[in-house]
Amino acid sequence: MIVRLRQPTREIAVDGARTVNQLLDDLEMNRESFLVIRNGTLVPGDGRLDDDDTIEIRPVISGG
Amino acid sequence: MNYSKCRVCGERAIIDLPRHNANFCGEHLLQLCRRQVEKAIKDHDMLSPDDRILVAVSGGKDSLAVWDILLELGYRADGLYLGLGIGEYSDVSGDYSRAFADERGLTLHTVDLRDEYDYDVPTAAKVTKRVPCSACGLSKRHLFDKAALDGGYDVVVTGHNLDDEAAVLFGNALRWDVEYLARQHPVLPARNGFPKKVKPLMRLTEREMAAWCIVRGIDYQVDECPMALGNKHLAYKDALNSIERESPGSKSAFYLEFVDKMSPILAEHHAQSGRDLVACTSCGAPTTEPDSGDAPVCAFCRLQDRVSGIEPVPVEMVLNKKARKAYLAGQAAGE
Repeated sequence: MIVRLRQPTREIAVDGARTVNQLLDDLEMNRESFLVIRNGTLVPGDGRLDDDDTIEIRPVISGG
Repeated sequence: MNYSKCRVCGERAIIDLPRHNANFCGEHLLQLCRRQVEKAIKDHDMLSPDDRILVAVSGGKDSLAVWDILLELGYRADGLYLGLGIGEYSDVSGDYSRAFADERGLTLHTVDLRDEYDYDVPTAAKVTKRVPCSACGLSKRHLFDKAALDGGYDVVVTGHNLDDEAAVLFGNALRWDVEYLARQHPVLPARNGFPKKVKPLMRLTEREMAAWCIVRGIDYQVDECPMALGNKHLAYKDALNSIERESPGSKSAFYLEFVDKMSPILAEHHAQSGRDLVACTSCGAPTTEPDSGDAPVCAFCRLQDRVSGIEPVPVEMVLNKKARKAYLAGQAAGE
């Protein structure tokens, strides 16, 4: 799947289907600090992501 | 196919909220958020139905979400956007703020630091040799207060959320800074020339606010302020989220129990330690009387006196090494 990341904006490829929580764990991202969006819709932690998906992992923490 | 279900209606969930040990669909996530804001307003007597409200708008998720929620709840609320001069970040933030207001036919006031006060945050940080958030926070507080009083607003609403407040509490508790702990309350009543200020998002996390915006289709500034990169506030949030992941609900208990149990005790201390305020001889805003016997001049006027009229300093000139590297990487990526 194609994973779009922010701060800075970039894309990475991740092979193999997995759940949102598994993906965040694999990327060492805290589930409390991110949301996953597919086609403009949020995907919950146990939501399955397929190999042909394009998703965004959006950080939710701001320092201002 | 198995999928997680909304705790309220049983439809497919779009978000899991471990602190509530539940999943929610879009509609019931919004309901949860509205109810949490209503509870905060009611519990702390934040707003009255007839209040004229001024929302401090940054273009980020929290300020746009709180504006949106208050309007949904039937309040009358205008916005104020402050142009801080933080390069492209400020330009984009202003665009999101104006787009939100324009699409809904709302009133958005704008104050630009460089145009109206002849300085900006990066230049102030460079000249004062202090962290950028210092001049930024001082400018915001002064100018939001001024705009509220000049505009006849009853109350200033800020988008501080549970994560913001928990991080501030964490930092103050690490130092047992009693003065700051005593002042940390979701409502600051109007007093001595200051307008009333309230934080209706005190019961909602950053993750919930970002989710609100996504479900509601609100476009907002996702990128972090380049001047905040690497600051202590973010480090405290990271630390609290690490705890939250292991023990869901810890963050809200830490802050909300503080407000319920410790704030009343600390308020007594605060009442005894407060200094009398006098009018700034330059702008008339309330300020403390200097021990030196000099004429009282408020912190904002002192800052403006030091930094106005100086050639603008580029953002990257005032970032630490780590923040500059992240900022330049973002620029290269076209952010």
